[in-house]
Amino acid sequence: MNATDTALGCMDLLWAAVRAGDEHTAIDVVLDAYARGLDAESLLLDVIAAVQRRVGVEWAANQLTVAEEHAATAINERAIAALTRTLPRREPHRGRITVACVDGEWHALPARLLAEVFRLRGFRVDYLGAQVPTPHLITHLHRTGPDAAALSGSIATRLPVAHATVTACQAAGVPVLVGGSAFGPDGRYARLLGADLWAPDARTAADLLAARPLPRPRDGHQPIDDLPHLGDQEYTMVSRTAKLLVKAVYTGLEELLPVMRDYTEAQRRHTAEDLAHIVDFLATALYTDDRDMFTGFTSWTAGVLWARGVPAGFLVPALDLLTAELRDFPRATGLLAAARAELLRVPDSRSPDSPTPDSRTPRRRPHDPGTTT
Amino acid sequence: MAIDEVKGPGTGARAIVENSGSVVQQSGVGDDTGWSNAPFPALAADPDGAVLGLNDAARRLFPRAAVGGRLEVGCPPWLARAHQDFPGRPGGSTGSARGAVARRSFEAHPVGDDRGAVVWWLVEDTDARLAREELRVERERAALLGRMSSALSTSLHPERCMEVTARLAADHLADAAVVIAPGRSGEHPLTHCVRGGAPTNSVKAFDPYDVPGLGEALQGFPPVPSRWIDPSSAPGWLVPSDFGLGEVTSVVVTPLPGHGVPAGALVLLRGTGRPGFDEEEERFARLFAARAGAAISAARMFAQQGAITDALMRDLLPPVLHQIGGVEYAGRYRASVDTERIGGDFYDVHPATGADEEGGEALAVLGDVCGKGLEAAVLTGKVRTTLHALLPLANDHQRVLGLLNDALLTSRNSRFVTLVLASVRRVGAHVRVRLTSGGHLPPLVLRANGEVREVATSGTLVGVLPEITSTTADVTLAPGETCLLYTDGITEALGGPMGGEMFGEQRLRDALVDCAGMPADAIVEHVHMLASHWVGAGDHDDIAVLAITAPRGSHLTAVDGHGPGRYTA
Repeated sequence: MNATDTALGCMDLLWAAVRAGDEHTAIDVVLDAYARGLDAESLLLDVIAAVQRRVGVEWAANQLTVAEEHAATAINERAIAALTRTLPRREPHRGRITVACVDGEWHALPARLLAEVFRLRGFRVDYLGAQVPTPHLITHLHRTGPDAAALSGSIATRLPVAHATVTACQAAGVPVLVGGSAFGPDGRYARLLGADLWAPDARTAADLLAARPLPRPRDGHQPIDDLPHLGDQEYTMVSRTAKLLVKAVYTGLEELLPVMRDYTEAQRRHTAEDLAHIVDFLATALYTDDRDMFTGFTSWTAGVLWARGVPAGFLVPALDLLTAELRDFPRATGLLAAARAELLRVPDSRSPDSPTPDSRTPRRRPHDPGTTT
Repeated sequence: MAIDEVKGPGTGARAIVENSGSVVQQSGVGDDTGWSNAPFPALAADPDGAVLGLNDAARRLFPRAAVGGRLEVGCPPWLARAHQDFPGRPGGSTGSARGAVARRSFEAHPVGDDRGAVVWWLVEDTDARLAREELRVERERAALLGRMSSALSTSLHPERCMEVTARLAADHLADAAVVIAPGRSGEHPLTHCVRGGAPTNSVKAFDPYDVPGLGEALQGFPPVPSRWIDPSSAPGWLVPSDFGLGEVTSVVVTPLPGHGVPAGALVLLRGTGRPGFDEEEERFARLFAARAGAAISAARMFAQQGAITDALMRDLLPPVLHQIGGVEYAGRYRASVDTERIGGDFYDVHPATGADEEGGEALAVLGDVCGKGLEAAVLTGKVRTTLHALLPLANDHQRVLGLLNDALLTSRNSRFVTLVLASVRRVGAHVRVRLTSGGHLPPLVLRANGEVREVATSGTLVGVLPEITSTTADVTLAPGETCLLYTDGITEALGGPMGGEMFGEQRLRDALVDCAGMPADAIVEHVHMLASHWVGAGDHDDIAVLAITAPRGSHLTAVDGHGPGRYTA
């Protein structure tokens, strides 16, 4: 059996164990495969990461709950820990890299896998994980003086935070590598936010950094230079009043759609959460000045609602109410009009080029499974 | 002198010049024109370039020029050329010209007449030119210093700061630069950089007093001036290995003035074919050294403070939890203040002590000191240390809480604490937990079937009243079941999609229903995430959550000799 077949077979076994919540079998599968000669990087990226990607796919197909996804991720984490404990210790011979998630990110696994791959390639790695407030990260950079910081992000609405983090790292003299589905399948948001490097996956990231260290960032760079459109303050206004906007739209919807008055508590909560995500995405699209981002999100939301048998009829009126609230903001109303037109163009709103779930925030879940490693 | 330009059309004024060399008549003006003693040098020449006349100032400026002679003789070539090119001649260009006379510089303004003769009036602009030149150099230096300052202020990492210093010095001040840090026990960190290259770091053992001026510079105090040293006396380690500019011809050692902290010394090197350092360059190097010294000493102080903080913080940070004595533990923590990693919430798990490891009880604690921030964190440290000392009494929760209460009452601190003690023992595949609340939120138990129940323990908060009371409850966890301890940072989290709403206990219970049978880590991660998302970008209190879980898994249930655990309290 060749390495690819081994990895595939191993992946199926690991998936079964993870799905059953069987941590011990999961660890045994990984350690057995390593003992039988599957190399560690392949185990991390072609087996564990592949299982994690499948977790994302199953979740998107409504086969997994968020809680189950957390359980699957926890077991994958244990499998990684068990594997790395058995690996021979080697002295790092390459540069030092700090690996962290964008603050507010809950998917630590892609960053963890990246950190382990860097270690395997001989880098000296400081892995900070998820839930790292930017001030901690920057203090850490000053304390350790790494050659690069690697930031992982899977949630598109965290891009403004990612931008603040990228520029803060660069201001501390540390070049930044970014990756993860938040930055777009082609890395377009990585370029937009002025990251020094974007990599589509962990292997490429390690290859690129091993081939050539990143130059130290130039000084005198101002974050507003990257995004001059922020000068109109629309992003600031929308993000600052997000909760008020959600409330106004929700109240407006209740008047427009009598059926909502009979909603259960859970239905009300889900609707409010959906509206909050729409406002979040609108703010993020204003930040990135990217019309496709918002249109893609609303179409995708409509598709998910449709797939789950939830009436998506409130989407167009919601966009109309938002348009009325934001009538003085030309960029925002432009984004809303484009999204509305797209929703009306595709009746069930599932256009084939809808964004994939891994870069969007889904219904009922304030986050999405990280699938990029 | 490069200034030799010709510009502007000639003026329309007229002058008539006589062969004698003095002005006899000007159009509309009498004889007494002030030509001879005009404050500006003036000379007249005919179309062929023969000098027709000079006034007194011109004679002083061009002592070798004579009436009747050629302009080229005694006058600078730029003036002769401008005369030749004067408008109105075939191929001639336009009017004024500028150029040097000895070390001075002049603008020459022509006044022509209709017969082709021209009077050149010369206006000295030496001072203005020098001022402009000085201004340009100063501007460049200020801009360079500005760029250098911002480059120096980027990193607070001492080694990175030394790299930036060496690179800037090599690129702008010399052919190569070496930054030497004050060392310990004779070993000094060094950063070498040659112009255009990348800095390299090393640590070398040497006696700084072997290099004249270096020992004193590294002391940091008293201030010493820059010092020239004989290049032949420079030791081998001083010269970068990739110094590709032949012999080192000049070396200057400059102290990097730190502020109370020795910052090190900067050595500048120049190679063959390059002039030594002039006075201005030395002055500029001192300005640069002052900035670099300030940056390096700030970085060194930051590093020292960071090391102190880390050492003090180590015991205040929440512990990393894992499986202990066949029981899964997992915790999550987030301080309310993003810049601090610690706050008023805490948790700990102390493994069973003594010889009876097998049947021993571990003690898990989760608590909340009133208040937040560093002061609350310091008190969590005291509480945790006190509890650690009370471990031998851990089988008697009431007594532990009473002693802790006494300790807090007698301390100068007026803060109080609420906490839950959990004595945890693995029995077969089950886990028995004895829980006592000291004024804290009651723990929740999550059963395998998704049922969520509150543990019936309650008690007085600790550190306020002289006497406290509490009730203890026993819980048995079957494999896959969890007991969850949490602080009010979770339930009182304010936010939600429309803002201003509390997360509340019901949402927590609802969330736990989905977590039935999950590993401890996944449960705390899930709860922490829901609360954080609820809060969003808003302010939050310290958040702590601790899960005690009876492990699920085939070879653990295999040793099970008992029936399913029941809720007994």
